[in-house]
Amino acid sequence: MPTVAPLDLDGHVVAAHFLGDVPFFATAAGEIRRLDGGEKVTQAHDGLLTCIRDPFSVSLITGGEDGKVMRIAADGSASLVAEAPRRWISVVAGGPQGAVAYGLGKSTAVVLADGTAKEFAEERTVEALAFAPKGLRIAAARYNGVSLHWVATASAPVDLDWKGAHNGVTFSPDGKFLVTQMQENALHGWKLDGKPGEARHMRMTGYPSKVKSLSWSAKGKWLASSGAPAAIVWPFSGKDGPMGKAPLELGTRANIMATCVAFHPVEEVLAIGFIDGMILGVRVGDGKEALLRRPGKGAITAMSWSGNGKLVAFGSDAGDCGIIDISA
Amino acid sequence: MADTAITKPIPVTVLTGYLGAGKTTLLNRILTESHGKKYAVIVNEFGEIGIDNDLIVESDEEIYEMNNGCICCTVRGDLIRVVEGLMRRPGRFDGIIVETTGLADPVPVAQTFFMDDDVRAKTELDAVVALVDAKHLPLRLKDSREAEDQIAFADVVVVNKTDLVTPDELAVIEDIVRAINPTARIYKTTRSGVDLARVLDQGAFNLERALENDPHFLEHGHEDHVCGPDCDHHHHDHGHDHHGHDHDHHHHDHHDHDHHGHDHHGHAVASAIHDVTVKSISLRGGEMNPERFFPWIQKITQTQGPNILRLKGIIAFKGDAERYVVQGVHMIVEGDHQRAWKDGEKRESRLVFIGRELDREKIEQSFLACQATA
Repeated sequence: MPTVAPLDLDGHVVAAHFLGDVPFFATAAGEIRRLDGGEKVTQAHDGLLTCIRDPFSVSLITGGEDGKVMRIAADGSASLVAEAPRRWISVVAGGPQGAVAYGLGKSTAVVLADGTAKEFAEERTVEALAFAPKGLRIAAARYNGVSLHWVATASAPVDLDWKGAHNGVTFSPDGKFLVTQMQENALHGWKLDGKPGEARHMRMTGYPSKVKSLSWSAKGKWLASSGAPAAIVWPFSGKDGPMGKAPLELGTRANIMATCVAFHPVEEVLAIGFIDGMILGVRVGDGKEALLRRPGKGAITAMSWSGNGKLVAFGSDAGDCGIIDISA
Repeated sequence: MADTAITKPIPVTVLTGYLGAGKTTLLNRILTESHGKKYAVIVNEFGEIGIDNDLIVESDEEIYEMNNGCICCTVRGDLIRVVEGLMRRPGRFDGIIVETTGLADPVPVAQTFFMDDDVRAKTELDAVVALVDAKHLPLRLKDSREAEDQIAFADVVVVNKTDLVTPDELAVIEDIVRAINPTARIYKTTRSGVDLARVLDQGAFNLERALENDPHFLEHGHEDHVCGPDCDHHHHDHGHDHHGHDHDHHHHDHHDHDHHGHDHHGHAVASAIHDVTVKSISLRGGEMNPERFFPWIQKITQTQGPNILRLKGIIAFKGDAERYVVQGVHMIVEGDHQRAWKDGEKRESRLVFIGRELDREKIEQSFLACQATA
C-alpha cells in the first residue's frame, strides 16, 4: 500500500512538480514551496497563474498576475525572465538552450538565454504555448488553430487551422504530432510529418467536459487526458496516431470526473486524479488499478512523478497536497 | 468537496454603454465608495480609471464562436481565462464587474456565464447594466445597432447626463428605452449618480429572484411612467379574462400606444424611436400544458434563437402548485420552479420576448395553443 505524506497549503494549488527527486508546490497566491527535508518558501509572484516544469532544464517557469515571468531553479531561488507591467501572464513555455516563451495578449514573446527578445504577432490571443522537442520552434494555440514559428529565423509561420478555440497545446515526444485542447470538450490533433495531400487532422471527441490535463507516456505511445469520469488514453504508436482507433478508458468511476493525469516517467502506468481528490494508479497493459490516495477536500489540479518514478506529488484546488510514495 | 459545493457563486455585473455614457465614472464610484464590498473589475483598457487596484484586470475582448453550428452561440474567451484566474483566489473580492467597450455586443459576455461549465460553476451573472447618455441616445440609435442591443439586453438601464436635456426630451428618451426594453428597470441620473444598490446585486438572472423582486414584471410599458426604485404603484388590472381562450391579448401590445406623437420634443428626438429595430412581444395566457409548452419553447428558441435577445416569463402549469420561471438568451433557455402560487394570486402565464424580426402573431398564437384545456 502506498503511503501519503500530506501537506496542507492555503488555497488553490496550481502546480506540483519535481526537480530531480525534490518536490515543488506552487499556489495561486504566488508561493513556491520546495520540500527537501526542510521547507523553503519562495514568494515568486503576487498572484501566480501558471507554473510549468521546463522540459529542457532542471527548473520551473512561472507567470503571474504581476506581469512577471520567473524561472525557479532547483534550489528554489527565483530569477526574473521578463516583465510586462499590468498584464496577466497565464501562458509560458520552456524551450531548448534556455529559451522561454510567454503569451502577451495577441503575441508570442520569446526570450533567449542571452537576453535576446523576440515577438511574434498572432491574429488572436495566445491561449497556450509549447516548444517542439527538437529545434527552436514554438507552437502558439489560438482561436481557429495553431501558429508554428521558427524562433531563430524570420520565415513566415506555418498555420494549422481548425475552427474553434484552442486553449492547450502539446507536441508528441517524437515531434510527429501536435495536439490541442479545445473549448468544445474535444482534442484536435495534426500529423506534422504527413505528405502533402495526406489527411493530417485528428479529431478526438466525446468528452463530457473540457479537457484540462494531458500527459504523454514515456515514449509517446499514449496520450492520456482528463475530461471524463475516467482517463481517456489515445494510442499514438501508429503512424496515423489514433485515427480509426478507440481510446482506452482507464480508472473508470461512475460520474466522478478525472481532472488530472500524469504518466510514470518510464513505465506505462498512469496516475489519475479525480474531482473528489482521489488518485488512482492504473497500468495501461491490463487496466489494473491501485488506490494511491483516498478522496480529499478538493479536486486534483496538479500531479507529477519524481524522476526515479517512486514518488507522486499532488495538489488540489482546496490546498490539500501531498507526496505519495509508491515504493513503500 | 463539501466546502466548494456550498460556496456561493460570485455575482458578475456586466456594464455596457457607449463611449462617453459614464461607465468609467460609475466604475470609479463602485471602486471607491464605502459599501463594504470589494469588486474585481475586468476592463478592456485601464484608460481613465485612475485607481490603483490589484483587482483591475485588463483583457482583450475575444469573441469565440462555439463549434456547434449555432451562429449565435458566442462566448468571450478572454473572460473564461480571467475568471478562471480570479476564482482561484476567491477570498479577495465579493463580486466581479465586466466593463465592455462602447461598441461591444453584450450577448457573448452574458453567454459566457451560461455556456462555459467552469465559469458557470463558480460565478453567477447578476445583471446587465446599460448606461445611456440622455443627450446623445437619438444619434447613437441612428448610427449603430450596438446602442440598441445594449439597451435591449439590459436588466437595468441608467439614463445618465439628464441635466443636458430638457424634461420633455428626457421623457422621450424614456419612451425610447421602454420601447426597446419593456422589462428593464430605468433610473435617471446625472454624473452616473445612481444608487449602487440599484445596480449591484440584482439577481436578475437568478431564477429564484429574477422576476420575484419585480412585482410589475410585464406590466411595465403599459404605463406612461418610469417606476422609481421603491415604487409600489398598483398597476391597474386590464380586466381581461385570462382563463378562457381570450383572444384579446393583443390589447396589451405596448407598441400600440401612442408614443409617436411627441413631435413637440424636437424632430431629432421624436424620430429616434423610428430608428428602433428591436421590439418586444408580451404574451399572456392561462394555465399551460407542460407537454405542449416545453416543446414549444424549445422549438421557438431553436428556430428563432438568433433573433431573440432576451426572454423572461412566469408560467402557470395546470395542476402545478408552483410558479415556473423561464429566461433565455438567444438559444439558451433555462427554467425552474420558483415558489408556490400564493392564495388569491392569479394563475396566469406571462412571457416577454425582446428581439428582432419576431413574428408576433405566430408566436402569440402558438403560445396560446400551449394552454391547458379545462
